[in-house]
Amino acid sequence: MALPTYASPLERLWHYAYLVICTLIFIFLIAPILVIMPLSFNAEPYFTFTEAMLRLAPEGFSLRWYEALLTTGMMNPEAVAGWWSDVWANAAWVKAAKNSFIIGFWATVLATTLGTLAALGLSRPDMPYRRAIMAILISPMIVPIIIIAAGTFFFYSAPCGVIGVDCGRLTSTYSGVILAHTTLGIPFVIITVTATLSGFDQSLVRAAASLGANPRATFFRVILPLILPGVISGALFAFVTSFDEVVAVLFIAGPEQQTIPRQMWNGIREQISPAILSVATILVVISIALLATVELLRRRSDRLRGVTGR
Amino acid sequence: MTPAAPITPAMLTTADGRPLKAALAAAQARSKRRALFLVLPLLLFVVISFVIPIGQMLQRSFYHDGFSKSAPALQAWFAENPLGTEPDEAAYAALVADLALMQETRAAGDAGTRINYTLPGARSLYTSAARGAKKLEPPFKEALLAEDAKWADPRLWVAMRSAASPWTADFYMIAADLQLAADGGVERAPETQRVYVALYIKTIFLAALITGICLLLAFPIAHLLATLPMAKANLLLILVLLPFWTSLLVRTTSWIVLLQDQGVINSFLVYLGAIGDDGRLRMIYNQTGTIIVMVHILLPFMVLPLYSVMRVIPPSYARAARSLGATSWTTFRRIYLPQTLPGIGAGALLVFILAVGYYITPALVGGADGMLYSNMISFHMNKANWSMAAALATLLLLGVLVLYWLYDRLVGIDNLKLG
Repeated sequence: MALPTYASPLERLWHYAYLVICTLIFIFLIAPILVIMPLSFNAEPYFTFTEAMLRLAPEGFSLRWYEALLTTGMMNPEAVAGWWSDVWANAAWVKAAKNSFIIGFWATVLATTLGTLAALGLSRPDMPYRRAIMAILISPMIVPIIIIAAGTFFFYSAPCGVIGVDCGRLTSTYSGVILAHTTLGIPFVIITVTATLSGFDQSLVRAAASLGANPRATFFRVILPLILPGVISGALFAFVTSFDEVVAVLFIAGPEQQTIPRQMWNGIREQISPAILSVATILVVISIALLATVELLRRRSDRLRGVTGR
Repeated sequence: MTPAAPITPAMLTTADGRPLKAALAAAQARSKRRALFLVLPLLLFVVISFVIPIGQMLQRSFYHDGFSKSAPALQAWFAENPLGTEPDEAAYAALVADLALMQETRAAGDAGTRINYTLPGARSLYTSAARGAKKLEPPFKEALLAEDAKWADPRLWVAMRSAASPWTADFYMIAADLQLAADGGVERAPETQRVYVALYIKTIFLAALITGICLLLAFPIAHLLATLPMAKANLLLILVLLPFWTSLLVRTTSWIVLLQDQGVINSFLVYLGAIGDDGRLRMIYNQTGTIIVMVHILLPFMVLPLYSVMRVIPPSYARAARSLGATSWTTFRRIYLPQTLPGIGAGALLVFILAVGYYITPALVGGADGMLYSNMISFHMNKANWSMAAALATLLLLGVLVLYWLYDRLVGIDNLKLG
């Protein structure tokens, strides 16, 4: 934004002050995320920059906290033979990461499949009760997570209790956590896919039909390729939601279903060690990758739909 | 379709001879069914995994059978004698019979807990009395009172009358900082026990404060993003979106690292000599910490709707105002600001809704005075006070649903955007 030539000195001053304010706000947004990265290489168990780090002396830095991620919980960290298999089987953070990916994957698959189907229905012009249904489907995003977690906990303690049958419990099971995370991820899929479909040219469907394609062929060969970027960003949103979720895990999961956020929660509550910062750094790198993917997908989607600019 | 056409033409029909009107209606119904059919699997899923659990929780906030399930004799006595009847020997006999039953079914703890909600400190009465209930001899009134004079407390009998039915509004009464009075009515709880209403108000106040700060911070940068050329704006937008995509726990951890006593900011200030080593600022594990971290976490939710509204505001309006003699402040106040109102409304409502129900951040960095309503729900969940937690959750849910309805009316959920 250029300053107009007729601006008075006061306006000029304000303009530069404004730019400074904006810079400060951007620093407020981004600095906390960046500051943990160098600190995760701290050689000392402190949460602040040591003198050696500020001098950029190599002895101030180490990978010990990354190593700690692998060795915590190992049966025998000193052994040479079978070190990696020990890490894979026993290290607490590795277990948590495996759980996070398993739960995230299935929750994403379920949320994306069901959500995309529903978004297709919701985008049809003659969808009845559209507003009400949409409000229900989006509500898991709006209702406070503690309420969802508490309600789900009661429900999962006796899932068939509503119809008066006893069929075991869903608490402390993978299925329970996956189902809860699916519910939480659905609004994101619905929002992104309906947004993509709003720019979708419905005449393409009629064109496909007039050329003899049955509904299934139309979906897989015409609709899906065009809305795929939106579906993938919805899926990524659902995955991140599950990957970052801790409250439902706190209430529903048992000791076998500890995820990365749950492990971090323990770490922050009990003994906060720089090992948390190394996990945090890895997670930031993952989120940068996800953000880049979503941005690229959005641009591709805009291009496919012929929307120029943003 | 004009019914009063002067010359009635032959009825329009489809190729196979059906009336066109009926055929069209059938086709429309079919396509409606198809659309509904696509949504149905998800709707069913959400109803089962979300609506039913919340409905169940609602029911639980009105239902607690801890006392009623093991007090059949008292139930009968309460049914026969209206409120205000002085408990007679028959009442005490019923009480002793129920205490004996509680001992047999090991339910004295449950029953005592239920009474304890409405009359704090009553639990131990039941657990200790149940133990010796079998050996008590009539007259029961004297026997029980000899054991503990509190059995004659009229408020205890009011509490038992209320707990004798599993369906109760007692938990909402507690959540409103009220208690049962000796005459069966309600009165305000003693001052030391009034926590819930104050917390509700504090939560709303803090959420409003956080929303206000977010708006103050988001407005300038959204404006900057909207006026910069597209390529630069997209680059800066990444600075907003990256926090949005970064794990909540990561961001909370970062702030702990930055703000704690031995953290980066305090160390830097000590190094600069701005504060002494013993004068380190308390910026986390209190209300300040909750506010700072929540503003950081919720800021993108404010920036994005503002930005999407601001970038379509034509700059020519402001230029026209200036050319007609308006000062830059007048131009901003009368021309620009009104056009950004939809964005402000959408962002502020969304941030407020999310802030009111926030749990994780206050739990991790809130300390004692930075707690919000959600944390109280979690506290009761951890203490296994299910019904109490459910009642508080229902009250919070009601607040959020009102805001959600407002959001839908003012903004429309269709306009909810993510990045």
